[in-house]
Amino acid sequence: MKQFLLDGQPVPFEDGQSILEAARQAGHYIPSLCWHQDFPAHGSCKLCIVKAAGRHVSACATPAKEGWEVESDTPEMNGERRALLQMLFVEGNHFCPSCEKSGNCELQALGYEYEMLTSRFRHFFPDRPVDASHPDVLLDFNRCIFCELCVRASRDVDGKAVFALTGRGINKHLVVNAESGRLGDTDFSKDDLAARICPVGVILPKGRGFAVPIGERTYDGQSIREQKLKEEES
Amino acid sequence: MSFELETAANRENLRRVAIDPVSRVEGHGKVTLLLDDAGHVKEARLHIVEFRGFEKFIQGRPYWEVPVMVQRLCGICPVSHHLAAAKALDPVVGALTVTPTADKLRRLMHYGQILQSHALHFFHLASPDLLFGFESPVQQRNIVGVAGAWPEVAKKGVLLRKFGQEVIRITTGKRVHGTGAVPGGVNRSLSATERDSLLADADRVIEWSREAVHLARQLHETNAALYDDFGLFRSHLLSLVRADGALDLYDGHLRLRDARGQIVRDAIPCADYDQHIVEEVKSWSYMKFPFIKDLGPARGWYKVGPLARVQNCDFIPSPLAEVERQDFIARGEGEPIHAPLAYHWARMIEMLHAAEIIRELLDDPDLLSDQRMADGPRGREGVGIIEAPRGTLIHHYRVGEDDLVSYCNLIVSTTHNNQAMNEAVRQVARRYLDGRQLTEGLLNHIEVAIRAFDPCLSCATHALGKMPLVVELHGPDGAQLDRAERGG
Repeated sequence: MKQFLLDGQPVPFEDGQSILEAARQAGHYIPSLCWHQDFPAHGSCKLCIVKAAGRHVSACATPAKEGWEVESDTPEMNGERRALLQMLFVEGNHFCPSCEKSGNCELQALGYEYEMLTSRFRHFFPDRPVDASHPDVLLDFNRCIFCELCVRASRDVDGKAVFALTGRGINKHLVVNAESGRLGDTDFSKDDLAARICPVGVILPKGRGFAVPIGERTYDGQSIREQKLKEEES
Repeated sequence: MSFELETAANRENLRRVAIDPVSRVEGHGKVTLLLDDAGHVKEARLHIVEFRGFEKFIQGRPYWEVPVMVQRLCGICPVSHHLAAAKALDPVVGALTVTPTADKLRRLMHYGQILQSHALHFFHLASPDLLFGFESPVQQRNIVGVAGAWPEVAKKGVLLRKFGQEVIRITTGKRVHGTGAVPGGVNRSLSATERDSLLADADRVIEWSREAVHLARQLHETNAALYDDFGLFRSHLLSLVRADGALDLYDGHLRLRDARGQIVRDAIPCADYDQHIVEEVKSWSYMKFPFIKDLGPARGWYKVGPLARVQNCDFIPSPLAEVERQDFIARGEGEPIHAPLAYHWARMIEMLHAAEIIRELLDDPDLLSDQRMADGPRGREGVGIIEAPRGTLIHHYRVGEDDLVSYCNLIVSTTHNNQAMNEAVRQVARRYLDGRQLTEGLLNHIEVAIRAFDPCLSCATHALGKMPLVVELHGPDGAQLDRAERGG
């Protein structure tokens, strides 16, 4: 079987598999936010950045190649991941203490995993009002990291195309596909895949806050590295 | 309106002395004194120099976030804000009555909070003044100095606080800023193991709390002339009491006594607080001045907290604390005790009560039940009032059809005591500072008076948009050229 070296460890792969898929399958963790096993690679969050054959590439979007030497869990790459996380945090309004997603949030868990101790960059403090127009689901745009998982799930699985990203560069933002721009004016349902795929705290069920006590949430007892590898095994 | 020594007649020509920051209190405040050439005090003010604004930015947030968000008001008594918000939002989810398990777990959490906060205040913040003396060397006047001179006292203080923090950790998941209470109930019960771990220390905590009452009492009685007179002023007393008149720090109705001890308002339902209490704003402070509406700002101000509570109730429903309350009341010889330094004695009586209640609750099997949540027809408004360590704490919310908070009013314990603390500062300034050469020790007298109230200044400043503002333009010679004023 073909293989490449990940941080010096041999990783077998099949043709067409990305570096990230092959690594996870072999029990090696490469972080991600926008990648999901049920969707094509997106390559936007860049958390899976690795150095392959001397170049920085997204591990989710780069097919593995025989004989490559890939650097991932190194001080250099993890430092870059930490900087990316810091940028994601300052671009939105991430007030973890009062966010229902806290403890289940992948962005927060990655902040811990990569020892993000400061925000480092100046906070943007964008003005993004919440959308509470839907009877069952709240949209809090303050926390959006533009991974487009909800966009893809709604379009490709739910068949509704409720969400989209609009604007360019620093003005990019998530919008709702309705004339009013309000979720309550769409056919979005709390049972949609898009309602439960958000890795952060943008799309949350209404009326439910902190029902799961501290200590019992996904990343309270284990790191995101351990959790994701466990999911891969099962 | 303005009180004596609140605003000097001719402020420009007076010498200004500032105590900035006031130390060994929660939050940031300063005191300014204006003195004439002979050193006579013409103006004394306690200023709250930080601004928080929670009342404003809680608006537009979903209601279920609120109990967790508002507890960030404070790192010392977050549980009080957490519970006041949860109580206020219970009717919003239709839980007009929460389950016995939720009620008792919240009470356990709250009395753990009272215990740790009172221990922190008495041992860590106040005892250096009380044990060493107000003018003792400043290098020694701190908890490290206490640990050196009275190691057993300091050790018990630290361990009492630790026990209270442990109660909070077990009921909320964290020692500070946990998530125990949710609108409609609580999110976890106690396990038998957790209960037993608290029970192992509960009796010793009661005994140490009793010793602390006796220490506070001994300090008071040994220095009676000082303690009875220091910063003395008379005012109304406001607190919650249970329906039968008992001390209850978690729930009840509002009662007001006048300065002579007569009950002048009683059985005021929490939801009606705003028919009785209004707030005045003043241009020189971020903290508002509440008063009883129909008594007016000049006569209607009051004090809250342990000194008010222990004397406002008819009895304390735990045996050891009740004995201590009766001894305390006897010292007043039929009149309420108004001396600010008596706060310490009353505070320790409450700490003993909290320890007894915790012990009693730990025997209750409801704590282990999983009947944690209640609901019913949705409401749109709620008021939650709780007796926080520092006094009566009011949270009031309205929630729109879309589940977002549309209105928030917080009247925090320290805000209720604003006029009282200013009055104590002025009394001390008159009595101890007037006409004298000011030293650090003399200025510490002012801080001792403020500390007696255990103020939490960071909790108390929120009214964005209602803040009065004064802008003055002065020329190079100091003469005022222009002045603009808003509000107030």
